[in-house]
Amino acid sequence: MSVEFSPEAQERAKEILNRYPAEHKKAAVVPLLHLAQKEWGYVSSDAMVCVAGLIGCSPVKVAEIATFYPMFRKEPAGKHRVIVCHTLPCALAGCGDIYQYLSQKLGIGLGETTADKNITLEKSECLAACDKGPLLLVNETLYTHLTNEKVDEILDSLDG
Amino acid sequence: MAEPLNILTKEMRENANLADINEYIKHGGYQALEKALKSMTSEALIDEIKNSGIKGRGGAGFSTGMKWSLCGDRMPRYLCTNGDESEPGSFKDRLLLEGNPHRVIEGMIITCFAMGINLGYIYIRGEFFQIIEQMESAFNQAREKGFLGKDILGTGFDLDLYAHPGAGAYICGEETGLIESLEGNRPYPRLKPPFFPAAIGLWGQPTIVNNVETMAQVTIIVGMGAEAYKQIGSEEDTTGPRLFGLCGHVKNPGAYEFDSTITLKELIYDVAGGIRDDNKIKGVIPGGISAPILTPEEINTPMGFGALGKLGSMGGTGGIIVMDEKTSMIDTLLNASSFARHESCGQCTPCREGVPWMNDIIRRIKHGDGREEDIDLLLDICKQIHGHTVCVFGQAPGVWPVRTMLIKYWPEFRACIEQKKQVVLPVEESYLKPHQYEHIPPVPGNFRMVTEEADAAG
Repeated sequence: MSVEFSPEAQERAKEILNRYPAEHKKAAVVPLLHLAQKEWGYVSSDAMVCVAGLIGCSPVKVAEIATFYPMFRKEPAGKHRVIVCHTLPCALAGCGDIYQYLSQKLGIGLGETTADKNITLEKSECLAACDKGPLLLVNETLYTHLTNEKVDEILDSLDG
Repeated sequence: MAEPLNILTKEMRENANLADINEYIKHGGYQALEKALKSMTSEALIDEIKNSGIKGRGGAGFSTGMKWSLCGDRMPRYLCTNGDESEPGSFKDRLLLEGNPHRVIEGMIITCFAMGINLGYIYIRGEFFQIIEQMESAFNQAREKGFLGKDILGTGFDLDLYAHPGAGAYICGEETGLIESLEGNRPYPRLKPPFFPAAIGLWGQPTIVNNVETMAQVTIIVGMGAEAYKQIGSEEDTTGPRLFGLCGHVKNPGAYEFDSTITLKELIYDVAGGIRDDNKIKGVIPGGISAPILTPEEINTPMGFGALGKLGSMGGTGGIIVMDEKTSMIDTLLNASSFARHESCGQCTPCREGVPWMNDIIRRIKHGDGREEDIDLLLDICKQIHGHTVCVFGQAPGVWPVRTMLIKYWPEFRACIEQKKQVVLPVEESYLKPHQYEHIPPVPGNFRMVTEEADAAG
């Protein structure tokens, strides 16, 4: 089953492709994969074929890139991605406790999605705000100085 | 103590909305650009950067002027600004991109003018969603004001700049990995030498790859002039203001602006308020996780690249991670090693296989299954990786933390293995004293124990 970008996303794709010289359109692969993930929530094989069509390269070239980068999900995620930074500065700031709290509260483990398909719990390496840990990246928003109470507030603010 | 500086961070402290180009211009923004384009030639600009004595702020501390002057003659040339900030403990580029994006853009335009570049990118790590959006709108504002596009300021100079997102891979901060990523390939770093990006870079053409902070510094150098700039800091070591980011167990974590003559001890105790709960200090990583750790007896050192190099560590990104007496070194090392395991790109066998192997050994020591031979085995794997990979990743976050922590905190690792459990020794007993190990220059993190002394300690 083939997929196609929405008209708005197609406009955006055109804009992205125009940033690179005509003979080097392949440079747009990562930005276009981000666009695909935004459109469909993850990067499916069909999405890779769609991106390859825009660039004019073979789908396997796109797959090679999509499978390398940790930010691209290869299977559907929940509506919200909740990502805990777990690298050293955040570990010193207590991110382990925050992760445990989230995991217990949501009743899911690493990489899992809640039964209502609302939240996926993930970990990431350093998010580069080490003075403000522990950190949480929820979809595209970074939350800093986490406590259990703050985690409760953040989860409550996410729509079902 | 060195005085706090207010150069890189001045406008950010005074004004919260510098992302608006009008505010930036009101605070003197784009004057350096006007000066450069209207009153300086490209040779004069390159000389100015050389004379300023600036060393690049990406971590390696390589002379920016030198990098520029090594650029091949072939055209076109390209600019790639490195905003992949992923080194654990570093957050200065986020601060500059969030707080003052136009200063980075101004530096990029000046750099392109000096180098005859008409197309450039800023590679920003994918997790910086809002920053990428803000950067794109800042580029649009600059385009509307005539600082980008055709015939900039009536000088006949054309330039286009764009933001390019990464997608969560540390290796893209390595300059040739960044180029491969931008080209749309897997970001496997390229072998260098013989060819550096200045000779063969993006799409095979001469390319300047400079860090975000370096670009902001270019604006400052041109604005104040190289003569004034090199009065800041030390000419023997590093000139200009630096941003030191303190995190971990200090009372007031944050980014602080000083020149590199300030000592690590002053930064920790006088600037960041000392250690939480007034605990004792156990170890400090002085420049991002790759920078070899310093014991409490080594922190009275200036923060210059050269000064830290003499200790067998490095200035790196200026991201300082402080650990107090309650910190377990096996936990610290396991965390650093897990980071390296996750981020190894997989191109070279020694790194792809060796880094996870070391991670497994460190994990078993933590869980009480350490074997008598494990420390020697780890040191041997370090030797197998070091220098045997295409890029410096294998050794920087891969080997240096392992080798340095194992040797300097040898008593604590030994205790974990002997007692078959995770042990946190009292801080005074947890590390070797400086005369019990030695650094073998020039490579950072290349330590070995002075045998008799170590035996006596054991």
